[in-house]
Formats: sequence, C-alpha cells, structure tokens
Amino acid sequence: MTLQSEPVIVNVGPQHPSTHGVLRMRVAFDGETVTDAEMIIGYLHRGSEKLAEERTFTQVITLTDRMDYVAAMTNNQAYVLSVEKLAGIEPMPRGVYLRMISAELQRIASHLMAVGFLLQDLGALATPLMYMFREREDILDLFELMCGARITVSYHRPSGVFQDVPDEFWGRLRQFLDGMPAHIDEYERLISGNEIVLSRMRGVGVLDPDVMVNASITGPMLRAGGVDWDLRHRAPYEFYDRVSFDRPIMDESDNYARYLVRVYEMREALKIVEQCVEQIEPGPVRDPDVPFVLRPPVGESYVGIEGPKGELGFYLVSDGGISPYRCKVRPPSLLNLTLLREMVIGLPMADMIVTFGTVDVNMGEVDR
Amino acid sequence: MIGLGLFKGLLVTLIAAIRGPVTVQYPDRKVGLPGAAKDAGLSLPRFLVKRPRDAARAAVGMATVEDLVEQGPRFRGQDFNWYEDRCTGCASCAKFCPLGIIKIVTSSSGKQTAEGEVYDVDVFDIDIGRCMFCGICVEVCPYDALDMGSDFERAQYERQALVIPVDELRRKKNTPSTWFRPQLESAGYDPHAGEELTWDAAGRHEQPSEEQLTERWVDER
Amino acid sequence: MALDFLDNAFFRNIYCNLSASDDGRCGERVFSVLPGGFEWLAFLITGIVIALILVNGLLGSVIVFIWAERRLLGRFQSRLGPNRWGPFGTLTPVADAIKTMFKEDIVPDAADRWVFNAAPVVMMVPSLMVLAVIPWGSGTFLADLNIGVLFIIAITSLSTFAIVMAGWGSQNRYAMFGAMRAVALLISYEIPMALSLLGVLMIAGSLSLVSIVSAQDLPFILVQPLGFLVFFIATTAEINRTPFDVAEAESELGAGYHTDYSGMKFGLFLNAEFAATILSAAVIVAVFLGGGRAWDFLPSQIWFLLKMLPVLIFMVWMRASWPRLRIDQVLSLAWKGLIILAFINIVGSAILTFIWPDPSTTELWKMAGINLIVMIASVYAVGGLLGPGSAPVAGFARGEAPPTPRPAGEPAGGSG
Ligand code: SF4
Ligand code: SF4
Repeated sequence: MTLQSEPVIVNVGPQHPSTHGVLRMRVAFDGETVTDAEMIIGYLHRGSEKLAEERTFTQVITLTDRMDYVAAMTNNQAYVLSVEKLAGIEPMPRGVYLRMISAELQRIASHLMAVGFLLQDLGALATPLMYMFREREDILDLFELMCGARITVSYHRPSGVFQDVPDEFWGRLRQFLDGMPAHIDEYERLISGNEIVLSRMRGVGVLDPDVMVNASITGPMLRAGGVDWDLRHRAPYEFYDRVSFDRPIMDESDNYARYLVRVYEMREALKIVEQCVEQIEPGPVRDPDVPFVLRPPVGESYVGIEGPKGELGFYLVSDGGISPYRCKVRPPSLLNLTLLREMVIGLPMADMIVTFGTVDVNMGEVDR
Repeated sequence: MIGLGLFKGLLVTLIAAIRGPVTVQYPDRKVGLPGAAKDAGLSLPRFLVKRPRDAARAAVGMATVEDLVEQGPRFRGQDFNWYEDRCTGCASCAKFCPLGIIKIVTSSSGKQTAEGEVYDVDVFDIDIGRCMFCGICVEVCPYDALDMGSDFERAQYERQALVIPVDELRRKKNTPSTWFRPQLESAGYDPHAGEELTWDAAGRHEQPSEEQLTERWVDER
Repeated sequence: MALDFLDNAFFRNIYCNLSASDDGRCGERVFSVLPGGFEWLAFLITGIVIALILVNGLLGSVIVFIWAERRLLGRFQSRLGPNRWGPFGTLTPVADAIKTMFKEDIVPDAADRWVFNAAPVVMMVPSLMVLAVIPWGSGTFLADLNIGVLFIIAITSLSTFAIVMAGWGSQNRYAMFGAMRAVALLISYEIPMALSLLGVLMIAGSLSLVSIVSAQDLPFILVQPLGFLVFFIATTAEINRTPFDVAEAESELGAGYHTDYSGMKFGLFLNAEFAATILSAAVIVAVFLGGGRAWDFLPSQIWFLLKMLPVLIFMVWMRASWPRLRIDQVLSLAWKGLIILAFINIVGSAILTFIWPDPSTTELWKMAGINLIVMIASVYAVGGLLGPGSAPVAGFARGEAPPTPRPAGEPAGGSG
C-alpha cells in the first residue's frame, strides 16, 4: 500500500530561533525530510554599499562595522587595505601589527560565536554558548581598551590604526593568551568527543570540494573540504608573511569537520597573535600626513582578506573625489550560503538547522 | 556509542559549576553577609549586633551594593564634553559626522580677533538617539573643543529627550574620555573618577600664544 | 474500604477523629466528629485532605523546582541564574506565574477550539493521577493499588493524547511536527520502560509500589543496574528532557507542540512537564532507590524527598551538558538498544530469581554482583550495535577516534 502524501511547506524564519538573524527558508518537507529549500534574503538590507557612495573614505569605516557585526575588526581591515591600495598609502608597521592582532582576536571571537550558536542549534542548552561568551567577553574587553568600543569598533584607519593601544593592554592580552588555550581544550572536552555531537554531525551535510570551489565558497567551510585555500597564506596581506601558522585542513567536508576546523583555527589565531606581540616595535601607528578627507586618484582597487567566515573583499572605485564612486563588498556569508540548498536537500529537519549553523553566516553581512 | 565522551562533558560542566559564576552584575551587586558588613564599614560581629535587620537581609541574599561595570578609559560614551570657549562654530564636526546628527547654529558676535571674527554658538544639539559613537566628530574638530564622554545610561521615554541640547553641554562637568586624547592616558587620567578637566589639559595642542596667533594670521595673508 | 493510609500518623489522626468506626484500627477512642455509620464520609474527607496536600505539594514543588533548575543551570553555565526577586531569586517563578496568568490567552483563528482548549487539561491530569500511587514514605500514600506499576505506565501514556491534541488542534506546522515526534517517541519508549521494570517485579513479586519498596532490603539500583539504566533513559525520554527533547526542540521547532499556546494554557503545559519530571524522580526513588527506607533518625517521608534530590539534580546536569539527539536516533536507541538491553535484563533476572526465589540480603548482594557484570558486558555489546546502523549517519565504530584536522601541506588522508 502506498500512502498518499503531499509536501508540507514550512517557512523557517525570518522569526525563528536558529536562523541566526533574519534568513527565511521556504522548506518543503516530506515527513521530516527536506525535499526542497529556498533561501530568501534581504530582511536586513540597509543599503550600506549605496550609503558608502555619499560618505568620505574615512566615514565608510563606520559602515563596515555594521556589515558583519560579530567581526567588525576584519571588516575594517579589509576596507582599509582596499583604501590604502587605492590611494597608494604605505601603512606604518606598528599600525599593521596592531591591525593583525585585532583581526586575529576578532577571528577568535567570531569563531567562538559560530561554534557556540552551532551547539545551540544542536540543542545544547546554551552551555557551550555561555562558556564561549565568557571568553568572547575577554576579547571585547581588550577591544574596549584598544579603542573604546566593543562591537562597532571603527578602529582601523588608512595608514594604520586610529590610536596606539594603552600600556595596560599588553598585560591584559598576555593574560588572555595564557588562559585561552586551556579554554579551547575545555570546549573540545565538552563537545568534540561527545557521542551525541559526533553522531549528529559526522557525515551530515557533505559537500564535494570541486562543487565548493566552483561555487566560490571560501573560509573554514572550504578548508574543511580538504582544499588548502587561505588568503593569509596564498596572497599574504599585511605582515602575514612574517608569521608562521598552520592551516588546519580536513577531508571529511561534513558538519563535524567544519566545526573542528574552526576550533583549530582559534589555536592558530592565538599563535599569530603571540608572534605579532613578539615582533611589534615602538613607532607611529598612523601616518600623520594622511588626511582625514582622502582624495585617492582615479582608479579602482580590490583587496580580499581571509575573514573569519571566508574571503572578505572590498572593491572600490574612485573618481578622484572624496567618497568612493562605487563600493562593492564581497561578503563571504552570502556566497557560502549559496550552496545551502544543495546541502540540506534530503536531510531531516534537525540536520538542516545544524547544517545551516555550520555554514556560519551573518545576516548583517549577507544583506548588508 | 559507549558514552565516555558524554561523561567527559558532564565533568566539564561540573568543574564550571564548582568554579562558580563569572557574571558581572549591573547596576548593583548582590552581596552576602561579609560583603554587606564591609560595605557598611563594620566588622562582621559588630555589623550583626548593630544592624540586625540589614544583616538578616544580607544573610538571605537580599542586600545589594552599587556596582558599575568596569570600563576602559577610552570608552566612547554618550555624554559629550564641549569646551565652548574653544569652539569657533566651524561646524567641522557637523559636517563630518557620518549621520549628520549635530546641529549647529551660529551668529556673529561682532568681536574680531587675530584669527578672524568670533562666532557665538547658539545651538549645538547632538541627537544621540542616532549617534553611533564612532568618534569622528572628535577626530575632526580642529580646535579640540569636542570630546567623547564615558557615560552610557540615558534611557528616556521619548526620542526627543535623547537630544543633548547646548545648555546641557554648557552645564556639564567635563570629564573627557581618553579616546583621541593620548596625553591624558599617559598622565593616568581616569574619566570615571569624575575629575573635571579644563581644555588646557584635555586638548591635544598647546594653547597658542598671542604672537603665534598673529604670526599665523600674517602667514596666511 | 481500603484504609491503607492509616499507617501514617497524620492521616490516621484525621480519619480517626472524624469517624466512629470501631474496627480496632483506630485503637481506643473517646471522640468522633461524625456519628456511627458515616465512616464513608470520614474516608471521603480524609481522602480529599490527602489529595489537597499532595496536589498542592506537587504544584508548589514545581515552583521550587523551576527556580532550582534555573539556578543550577546557571551555575553549570558559569552564570548566576535568577537572583533579583526575593532571597536568592526564589520569587522569580512566582513572578513568572503571575505574569503567565495575566498574559493574553490567544486562540489561533484556524485552531480547532475544543481540542485546542482541552489539550492542556488533558496534559495535566495524568501527572496528578500518578500522585495517587506513589508511596512518599511508610504509609504515606493515597492508594496502595495492587497494580501500581501498571497504573503508572498506563496513566503516563495518556499524555500522548494531550500532545497530539495540542499539535493537531493548533493547526500549526511546527506544532504538528512536534506532536508527531512526541507520539513516535512516547510510543517507542513505553516498551523499554515497561520491560525494564519486569526484573524488579520478578524480585519483588508484586506490582504494588508499596510492596516493591518493602522488598528493597537492598536498593534495586544495585540489584538491577541494567534495569535502572534502561528505565532512567526511558523516563528521561518520556518526560521530554534533554537529550531527548525532540518534541519541543526549541532550535528547530520553536516550542514544538505548544508553539501556539499562550497565557495560562502554556503555563499548564509547563507545569505538567515539570510535575512529570518530579514524579518520574519519585517513581525512580520508589522503585529503584528504596523509597523512604533508610536510617531511622529522619522520618521516611524526608528520606524519600532527599533521595529525589540527586535524581533531579542529575537530570538538570544532563540538560546543562548535552546536546539533543535527532528523532530517528532517539527511536533507534529505543528499538535497537534499550529493548535489547531490557530483554537481556529480563532473562538475567529470571534466571537469578529461579535460583533464589525468595532472596535474602546476601543473595541480593550476589544478584547485584552478577547483574553488574551482565550490565557492563551487554551495554558494551549493544553500544557497538548502535553506531553504524543509524542511517543516515555514516557510522563510527567502537574505539575509533574522531578525526582531527591535519596541518596544510600534508597529503590528504594523513590523519585518522
Ligand atoms: S560620534 Fe559619530 S555619529 Fe556620534 S555625533 Fe560624533 S560623528 Fe556623529
Ligand atoms: S566642536 Fe569643534 S568642529 Fe564642532 S563646531 Fe566647535 S570647533 Fe568646530
């Protein structure tokens, strides 16, 4: 006997506990199994790219804070690097090191959020999330010392950073660097070996590396598929060629691999910060000759950096005026989201949510 | 599926439970008996005898002491500091605020100085309901007349009340945040201590002398 | 009339002062409120008083438990938990209750009104009915049903109806998902739950909870470790707690079957769930932890409540530590794992009771030792069965370490 059944269409989001903001997924279910899914985005669209066209080059930094709001430092960094390339500005070494330190700290903070909310999606009652918020709080405290703000930092400037860090910062950073590895081990003890986590995440949401490369997926998601692609290593910007670090690669390309790559990347980020602290030397953090109102020559520039979520790039066109003629962002979250449909078809509902969690999108960046 | 990993996880949460909470309580902190005694400035036995009611409250966890969250000295807060005598009404801050939320109305005072005519600032409103505390207005002020503050408590019932009017700026005790004022940091100034600063200390520049002003005036001619 | 509760001094005083019966159970008496022939009324009044005490005690302990769970969860998560209202936040659930009562009671337009409104009540009733048979201490129970265990299993499965009603009545797809999951889960876990108790019943030789308690010269958790394991997992699943909270998986379904409920109807669901948690702890104490039997310096009722504490704390602890299983994994755990374990337990206990039909304490100790070995061996064997079979999870066999990332530059396949 065959049962007569028809697919059930469910709108997951935009008001849903685990759509990480305001993604809307129109999902067709056959029983518990996803048969089709459609991602509908745009609920958080603020027109940042258009707004950038009527702000001066420095003012746009405040807009980039709000794109990926859990990783403002790396957004600042990508934009500022693009402006420097456009205007031909040579950054100050100390400023570059400070940018690297802040960006790597931000990478840790972003991965903490990604893993924490992933576990929340898995159904862990916020315990890993709370632990990770605990350490993220330390990072945000460091940011507050650095620049007076915790989330929307606006810290990087063309030619360096806004202001040198206070002396107190280094002690606090030391404390953080000493304490953090133990905390990462703690997360691993809590999560990595847990049988429930393993049976929920292993072998689920597998993606073919070729498909990922063709869909221009970047970041931890790609590295979890066995592709060694890290812009810090492939096309070193700032002083990433002066520090040595590992790029954790996994071949499984499943949800568990994506989770574990993030955890290992936190350790590598700590290593990078350590080396930056060793290498940094006193000096100016910012070129005083670079004016507040920049007028880059006519031209265009694109700089992509390895953001926490993937390649984050800013494409800027200047017509010689004080504001960009065009500012286009390459948001890793949006591009990583494109393969979600392929990943979730055929999965049960619970795994669909977890798979979405492992992609680690930030809707502020998707919709901009 | 034997479950050893599960028990490892249980152990991690147990250790966290033994280590205790890391919560920072705001705006006040619950204190136990010893904390309340310390707050009252008495030793524990004297506190128990002298103020039994307070002691009983503290024993059942009802006593609180004021507590503020720890803030960095650079914290960019909502109470702007403005040095009127330094402000020329040039409106750079208004022009470069990315959101355009500073409203300045000036009028001629008829007073002439070496640098030109002095303007009276009649209106200097900052609509902090839309401010994003980026600090760009402070960065661009050519005369260092504007500073970020370090306060963050300004809950209001209506949006209009979120506009800082010029009178409030005039009245306010100036305790500038050390954001963009590195010399305050090296001097060890803490804006949260509430010590008022004059412009001489808060500004980046040396106050120009009369001759320097004349010189500059002549140069630009 | 079944006057079992007369063992309890408090209840006996009420009854004996009311009734004029002189069948000797009340001993010498000088005073009775009711004239002779009205013993039934005395019985009724006493019953109502006991029921009042039990029901209100349960609902009150739900409030305490909600507070305690939140505080404990907070502690496990390195935070404080509720601490603002009243001493140590104890008034927080009271404030929550008041808030819940004053919330608007929304009935969705598309809802099947009757079913929708009846569901919370149907949900609450089984929890209260289970109260009747639990021996809260020597003589402290409402009824000593000779089929007590069967009664509990039968009554608790009534909550399935409530969940289906809630899911169907609210005409909400999330609610329907939750209800379907809950039904699949509850029906599956009834079986291992009932089977795991068979070993206990064989040793105790009775279905009555009171006799089971009195049979426990050695707590049955030692004599029947495998039965306890299966029963504990099955109860955790039955009351929808982590890691089996698939029915109201908040990260997937919003709130599962009670997504559309608001106000006090939602409050009833919440109440019923917490009451079920407390009661399942009570059943575990009665069946496996020796009920109120312990040393004499405290009354047995207190011992009973004290023994419930570790069970409840462990449940909260699990909730704080573990993520949730997927529904198909939950079901395959029941059908492929727990039922097999329960059968192993039944066979083992049958052989042991055949050898020692009326076990003394030493014989119980021997049984405990043998059963412990059986438990470890069978859990190890059945645990190996579970992994690879649960499609679509690519398996991980026993002993295999999970993979770790390899540093870049090494060839693929360089890690485990
Ligand atoms: S802090 Fe930024 S947004 Fe606020 S007034 Fe100054 S420039 Fe405008
Ligand atoms: S505060 Fe500074 S920038 Fe603003 S009007 Fe006054 S002098 Fe000009």
